[in-house]
Amino acid sequence: MSKEIVEKDILFEIKNLKKYFPVKGGVLQRTVGHVKAVDDVSFTIYKGETLGIVGESGSGKSTLGRTILRLLDPTDGEIIYNNEDISGLRQGKLRPYRKDMQMVFQDPYASLNPRMSVGELIEEPMIVQNTLSKPDRKKMVVDLLEKVGLGPEARGKYPHEFSGGQRQRIGIARSLSTRPKFIIGDEPVSALDVSVQSQVLNLMEDLQDEFDLTYLFIAHDLSVVKHISDRVGVMYLGRLAEIAPKDSLYDKPLHPYTQALIAAVPSTDVLNVREKTPLKGDLPSPSNPPTGCAFHTRCPKAHDRCKVERPELTHMGEEHYVACHLYTEPEPVVKVE
Amino acid sequence: MSNERILDVKGLKTQFRIDKQKVAKAVDGIDFHINKGETLAIVGESGSGKSITALSIMQLIPSPPGKIVEGSIELDGVDLLGLSEKQMTATRGNDVAMIFQEPMTSLNPVFTIGTQVSEPLRKHKKLGKKEAKKQTIELLKLVGFPRAEDIFHEYPHQLSGGMRQRAMIAMALSCAPKLIIADEPTTALDVTIQAQILDLMLDMKKKTGSSILMITHDLGVVAETADRVAVMYAGQIVETSTVKELFVKPKHPYTVGLLNSMPKIDQDSERLESIPGMVPPAHNFPQGCRFAPRCKHAMDKCTEAVPDLIEDGLNHKVRCVLYDGSGKGVTHV
Ligand SMILES: Nc1ncnc2c1ncn2[C@@H]1O[C@H](COP(=O)(O)OP(=O)(O)O)[C@@H](O)[C@H]1O
Ligand SMILES: Nc1ncnc2c1ncn2[C@@H]1O[C@H](COP(=O)(O)OP(=O)(O)O)[C@@H](O)[C@H]1O
Ligand code: SF4
Ligand SMILES: [Mg+2]
Ligand SMILES: [Mg+2]
Repeated sequence: MSKEIVEKDILFEIKNLKKYFPVKGGVLQRTVGHVKAVDDVSFTIYKGETLGIVGESGSGKSTLGRTILRLLDPTDGEIIYNNEDISGLRQGKLRPYRKDMQMVFQDPYASLNPRMSVGELIEEPMIVQNTLSKPDRKKMVVDLLEKVGLGPEARGKYPHEFSGGQRQRIGIARSLSTRPKFIIGDEPVSALDVSVQSQVLNLMEDLQDEFDLTYLFIAHDLSVVKHISDRVGVMYLGRLAEIAPKDSLYDKPLHPYTQALIAAVPSTDVLNVREKTPLKGDLPSPSNPPTGCAFHTRCPKAHDRCKVERPELTHMGEEHYVACHLYTEPEPVVKVE
Repeated sequence: MSNERILDVKGLKTQFRIDKQKVAKAVDGIDFHINKGETLAIVGESGSGKSITALSIMQLIPSPPGKIVEGSIELDGVDLLGLSEKQMTATRGNDVAMIFQEPMTSLNPVFTIGTQVSEPLRKHKKLGKKEAKKQTIELLKLVGFPRAEDIFHEYPHQLSGGMRQRAMIAMALSCAPKLIIADEPTTALDVTIQAQILDLMLDMKKKTGSSILMITHDLGVVAETADRVAVMYAGQIVETSTVKELFVKPKHPYTVGLLNSMPKIDQDSERLESIPGMVPPAHNFPQGCRFAPRCKHAMDKCTEAVPDLIEDGLNHKVRCVLYDGSGKGVTHV
C-alpha cells in the first residue's frame, strides 16, 4: 500500500543498535561467546509508514522488534523515539511510552492468556494504563471488537473458541486498546491460510488509516511484506543488508542476498517461467557468523575484500541503502547511476 | 510422461469418529490419478483433507478413530486396499515412499543418518551391510551431500532442516519407488532452502522418471513443480486441470478467490481480495456446495445438492453449478 507520505516526520531513529545473547558452555555454564542477534543496525521509521523487515529465520527480526519496544534491553546503541533516547530508560520510566507502542505476534494463542475472556483480554492493557474509567473501558472494548470485525458477543468467550484468524483479530483489538501510535507485527499473518491472511492484512491496512498508525511489519514472506510495506529492510545474520522504498527494493535489488531471496520465491506466473539458480549452502550459525560480509560464504559475487572487511550501509540514492562491497569505495565493482 | 496410470484413486472416503454423534469426513469421495512420470499437486488450505489423502494411500491412518470407509487405491494396477498388513509393509518405502513436512518427526534421533537412509535398502532389497552402505553413500551424494561419508555417521540433530530433508529424499529414493508422496516438504524451510529442495526434487524426477504426488498449501510451489493440479476444499476436489490452465484460466470461485487473495511478488495490487469466513469443520459441512456460505456467486441452486465435478474444457473439471452447462461461468481478472 504505497500511499504518498507528504512530509516525512521521523518517529524512530535507530542508531547502531546491538543485542547480544550470551552463549553458555562447559560444566560451569560460563559465557563462552555471544549470539549477535542484532549487530549494529541503524535505520529510521517515519510517521505513518509501514516499514517491512524480511529475512530468513534466525536473522534477528524478532529480536530487533523486541529490542525497539524495550521488551529486551539493548546491548548498545540508541533508540530515539520522538526525539528522546529510550534505550537506557529504566522499566518504570518506560510506562508513558508503553501505551504508544504495541506488538502483535504470530501465534495469538500463545500470547493470549487462555483463562481470560476476550473482553478481559482487551480491557487489561487499559487497566494497566489506568487512564479510563470502567464504563469507558467497557465501551472501548465493544468499539474495538467492532473495528476488528468481531461482534460484542465475543466479549464473554475464550480464545480457544475462536479460529486462528479470529484470534489474530482479538490480538489486534487488544493491541489497539491503549490507542498506540506504533505497532510491531511480528509475523502476524504467517500462521494463517491465504484466504484468512488477506482478511487480516486488509484489516491492518484499514486500521492504519483510521488510527494513523505506524507499522514495523516483520515477516519471512517476501510477497506479504511487499504488499503491505512502503519501505523494506532485509536482514541477514543480525545485520541490515539493504533497505529501500519497496518498489526500488523489489525492482532493483542491489544486494546479492536480496536478489537471491527474491529469486527464490516460487512464482505463480506460469507464462513467464524464470530460470533460477538457487543460492548454495545453509544459513551459517548466528553464534559464529562468517567474518567480513556475513553473506560471503554463500555469495556468488564474493571477492577477497568480502572475507575480511565488513561492508557498511552505503547510500545509493533516494533512500536506497545497501551494505555490500560491490558498491563501496575505494573500488566499487559495480557502478550504479 | 505417458498415459499409463501409476496411481488411480476412486471414490476415496476416509472418516474419523469424533464421538457418538460426530464423524469428521476428512476425505469425502475423491477421484484422481497420476500418470507415469507425472507430478500431480494437491493444493488447499489447512484442514481440506490433503494429508489424510496421503496417509490413506500409505494406509497409515490412525485407527481408531480413523477409517477408510469407501473407494479404491490402485498403485500400478495393484489395489492397495486389498493388501494384507504384511504386503502393505512390503510396499511402503519400496513401491511408494513418503516425505513429510518435518523430517525430525520421521527420523529417529538415536540412529545415524546412514542407518536410517539405508534401512529400506536392507529391508526391501535385502542388501548386506556393506553393499547398503555403499549405495547409501551414493544416494547421499546424489541429493547433494559433498561429505556423504561423514554425513552417513552423523545424527539427525547435527543436520540443518534443509539437510535433514535432503536425507529424507535420499531415503525415499533408495528403492526407486513407483510413486513419491511429498506432504508439504518445504513448508518448514526458509525460502532459499526451499528453492534448493524443490530444485533437487525436480532434478531427481528428471533423473529417475519417478511420479510425484506433491501436497502443498502454496500455489507458488504448485506452479513451480507440478504438471497437473487438484484443488481440495472441505474433503472434496473442487477443480482439477493442468497447472498452466489453472493459473491462466481458474474456474471455481474458490480457486479464483485463493489466487486473488494471495499477494504476489511479481504483481502489485492495492487491495487483496478476501474470501469471507473460514473453512468449515469436517464434522459439519454445509448443505450442497461446501463453498456456498463463502461464495460471492452463490444462489439458491448451490445449496440444494453437492455439485458434480464436471468436465469444462480439455482436461479441466470443476465442481460448481456455474459450469453445469446452464450458466456462463465466472469471469475473473
Ligand atoms: N533469548 C534468547 N537467548 C539466546 N539467543 C536468542 C534469544 N532470542 C533469540 N536468540 C538468537 O538470536 C538469533 C536471532 O533470533 P530471532 O530474532 O528470533 O530471529 P528471527 O526472528 O529473524 O527468526 C537466533 O540465532 C536466535 O537463536
Ligand atoms: N486424528 C484425527 N481425528 C479427527 N479428525 C481428524 C484427524 N486427523 C485429521 N482430522 C480432520 O480431517 C480433516 C482433514 O485433515 P488433513 O488431511 O490433515 O488436512 P490438511 O492436510 O489439508 O491440512 C481436518 O478437518 C481434520 O480436523
Ligand atoms: S456452486 Fe455456487 S457457491 Fe459453490 S462455488 Fe459455485 S457459485 Fe459458488
Ligand atoms: Mg522471529
Ligand atoms: Mg496437512
